[in-house]
Order: sequence, then structure tokens, then C-alpha cells
Amino acid sequence: MEKEKHHIVPYKTYFYILISLLVLTFMSIGITKINLGGYSVLGALIFSTIKSVLVLYWFMHLKFDQPFLRFMVGFVTLVFLAVIFITFLDYYYR
Amino acid sequence: MEQVSQHADPHYDQEANKLGMWLFIFTELLLFGGLFIVYSIYRFLNPEAFQLGAHELNPTIGAINTIILLVSSMTIAMSTSSLQKKNKGLTVLLLEITIMLALVFLINKYFEWGVKFDHGIWPGSEHLINDMSRGEILFFGLYFVMTGLHALHIIVGMIIIIVALKRVQNGTVNENRSSLLDNAGLYWHLVDLIWIFLFPLFYLIH
Repeated sequence: MEKEKHHIVPYKTYFYILISLLVLTFMSIGITKINLGGYSVLGALIFSTIKSVLVLYWFMHLKFDQPFLRFMVGFVTLVFLAVIFITFLDYYYR
Repeated sequence: MEQVSQHADPHYDQEANKLGMWLFIFTELLLFGGLFIVYSIYRFLNPEAFQLGAHELNPTIGAINTIILLVSSMTIAMSTSSLQKKNKGLTVLLLEITIMLALVFLINKYFEWGVKFDHGIWPGSEHLINDMSRGEILFFGLYFVMTGLHALHIIVGMIIIIVALKRVQNGTVNENRSSLLDNAGLYWHLVDLIWIFLFPLFYLIH
């Protein structure tokens, strides 16, 4: 009974995640080399966000954990985004 | 009276250990999150100075350190699996590799900061205060504080991994009581997660 709630992730899953993370890193290096002006920040942040989802879900086991942990991580992320949004509203409209 | 069948020690609760670690990770995320907000506001106010400052940084060293951290994240993640599979030798080996990679990261950081010091750039240096704009002073201030705080987390992470390694070796961390290793892994992935955002924001964007 103890065993069945304990999911052992195969080594090759971790290896595939690493390869994806490395590919995304090189893609983000590539996209900032192209001159996209203000969009290169956006591009780099999109790649970083995808990478962090991979780390959170597989490396940090959220995919295999109880749903309330995913909910809490999502909630903290939303709080953080709300603080960024409100701060920028202030600076943008000064 | 209830009998606990699995463990002699009834005080071990894996889910609670994990939850406690996550609560701590949230405080860390908001600490660095606050610094990222400071960075983005100052970047918004001083876009040219931040671009000039970023030209001073070496994206190759940044990229190498990114690869090192990502690989070390994989090795520590694999070590939690090998512990569950009762493969103690492999667990120890993977943890040793993780510690070595962390050390290489710090050595790179040492040389990277050393180059900045050689160029006369450190917080409060004469060159920085007299010859650079306010925006560049802010950029380098944030660079040293954020990468320095991150490096401090690498050092703490190494200590935690060394403790976990010792306890895997003496058997107090095992497949039935793996929380210390699992939480060391979570902490290490947090360090990786922060670097995933630090690297593009400081090294890539110019």
C-alpha cells in the first residue's frame, strides 16, 4: 500500500526533460541574437516560463504529487503576477 | 490502541515534510520575485543603461553555467529515483556528481566576478560611481546582489546535499525515509529555477 502512492520516475524521463531544457536554452540564446527589439525580452521570458514549467512538473514532481500542491504553486504564481501587474500600472501611468 | 505497522517511529510524515518544504520554497520564490520586480522597474526606467551594462557580461560563461545547473538538476532528480529503487551506490554517485557540478558552477562564478573586479566594477567602486550612469550603477548593483544571493543558495544547497549524501551512506535516509533527499532535491531545483530566469534577464538581453 505504501508503494503504490510512491511513483518512481524512470531515469530516461529525467533525461528527456534535460534534453528539452537544453534545447529550450539554446533556442532562447538564438532568439535574443536575432534583433527583435522589445520582443526579445518577451521571447526570452516565454522560453524561461516553459523551462520552469518543465522543472516544476517533472524535476520537482508536481505532476506526480497531490493536486493541492499544484494548486498552491499556481496560486503563488498568480499572486506574484498580480503584484507585477499592479506595480507596472503605477509606473506606466505616472 | 492503534498499532503502526510500517514504521517504528510514528512521527515520520512524508507528505507533511514535503508540504513544509514547499511552503519554504514559496518564501524563496517571493524573495527572488521581489528582486525581479525591482529589476524590471529599473530596466523599464533605464532601458539604454541596462543594455550597456549587459554588454559587459559574458553570455558564454552564463550559458555554460546554465548547462551545468540543468545537468545537476537531472542528476539529483535521478538520485531520488535510484534511492526508491534501493540502489544506494548509484544514489551516492549521482549526489557526488551533483556536488561536483555545483562546485564547477561556483568556480565559473568566481572567475566571472574576478573579470568584473579587474575591470574596476564592483558595488561602490570608483570606476562605477565616477564614470558610469545611474542606470548602469543600478544594473551592476542588481547583478551583484541577485547573482550573489543565488550563489549563496548554491553554497547552502551544496551543504544540504552533502548532509543528505552522508545520511544516505549511513542508511538513515533510505527508501522508506527519503524526505531529506527529496527536500534537498526540491531546494536544488529551486536554485535551478531561479537561474532559468536570471540567465536571460542579465546575460542574453542586449
